[in-house]
Parts: sequence; structure tokens; C-alpha cells
Amino acid sequence: MAIPMKIRALAKGDGGEIKVLMSHPSENGMRKDNSGKFVPAHFIKFAVVTVNGKTVLDGLWGPGVSKDPYLGFKVKGMKVGDKVVVKIESNTGEKDSIETTVG
Amino acid sequence: MNAVRRSLLKGAGGLGALSVAVAAGLLKPTKVMAAWNEAGFNARTVADAMSAIGAGGAAVSREVVIKTPEIAENGAVVPVDIVTDLPDVESIAIFGEKNTFPLVSQYDVTDFNGLLTTRIKLGATSNVRVVVKAGGKHYTATREVKVTLGGCGG
Repeated sequence: MAIPMKIRALAKGDGGEIKVLMSHPSENGMRKDNSGKFVPAHFIKFAVVTVNGKTVLDGLWGPGVSKDPYLGFKVKGMKVGDKVVVKIESNTGEKDSIETTVG
Repeated sequence: MNAVRRSLLKGAGGLGALSVAVAAGLLKPTKVMAAWNEAGFNARTVADAMSAIGAGGAAVSREVVIKTPEIAENGAVVPVDIVTDLPDVESIAIFGEKNTFPLVSQYDVTDFNGLLTTRIKLGATSNVRVVVKAGGKHYTATREVKVTLGGCGG
């Protein structure tokens, strides 16, 4: 199943900022639904960000990351035109990726 | 309570089956993805989680700045900004000290430029702890966030 994502990467000064917003329930497996049953754990475990193929961020996430996770960070040396790719994978094996060009 | 225990055991069994499947080559993990830090994420205390990521002896540092709202009305979504002037940042880890599983997320970074923003869940009013590894050393800082409504179910 696809994981909807939005991405923005902007160059500023000697680097830039990458912002990614994902649409995901991030269930920790400890929450009960209205009928009192536990909602199975369903969260993003891996998030990897590359700039022109070089990994700049390799994230391991637990169920403590909020619903609809947001990730923003600053990278040195990122320039206009660089290609940014974000790959994510959930605990249930869903995989998705999104890419953009630094503006 | 028993129901919680059951589902936790079931969950553990599920994970076990998954690793067997991975070992058997049925599910090939993507090459770029590192192994998930089972020990760290399953740790029940901050101290255990910190040792699991090798940050047991982290030194308190004012170079690690955590920005959060002072009061988070909803613990399910707590914005956290991590700002640091430390050079050569290698990794960053975030903990919710009173969460059932304190380790929230950890990041290995390259060419990091001083700012990381995320949103985490906090089960109760507690410290948010951040550990930054820079130049081979671990630095840590905490900031208390008051939570009106817990974000970890139950």
C-alpha cells in the first residue's frame, strides 16, 4: 500500500533544508478501538534520505513517532538542482519513496 | 492486564516469525535499509535504551538545544526541534522518558547542518531527552513537556 508523502527541498546559504510529511496512522499496537480490541501495530520503521545518491539521513523509527510523521532537517552543501530521494518502509513491509529536485 | 500481556506476547511471536522469514531469504530487506534497533526500541527504561544505542556515558551539554512547546495539549503530536552547533554530528536519538518504550527515533546523519525537526508521542508529562553523537562523543540534553492528554493509548 502506498504511503502518501509530500516533500520540499530548498537551498539556502551553503546548504539547504529538506522537509517531508508522510500520511501514516503510526499505530503503536497498544491503542484500543471502539469495540475494545487492540489496533495492530502499524508504524514506519525506516526512513532514508539521499541527496544525489549520497545518504544524508538514515532514520530508524519506533512507534513513538507521531501520527502523520514530519521530518525536517538541514543539510550542508545542498545546491539548487540536486536530486533528493526519500525512501520509507513500515513494520508491515509497506514501502514507498518520493523524490524532488532542490529549488 | 492479561489482554495486554497476550497481545505483547503475540506481537513478539510475530516479530520472531518475521526474522525467520528474513533469514530464510523469503523477505529480502532493501539494501539501503539498516537493521532496526530491536534492543533499543524494546527497552523499557531510558537508561537501557541509551546503553542499547551505545550512549550510556553521554555528557550533559548546552550545545544540544531542544525546542518544544512547554505544554502539549495533545501528547499524540508533540513537535520537537533539535538545534545543535556541535561539529561533525554523526547521529541523533530522541527519547520520551516516561513512554512505555522510551526510544522514539534515531537518525544517522551526514553533512548535518544543525537542525532536525520531528513530531513525537508522549504518554505523560515527562522529559524529552536527546542524545547527539558528534566527533565520536555522545552529548545529551533534556526538556520537560507537560502533557494534558497522553498520546500512547490506554
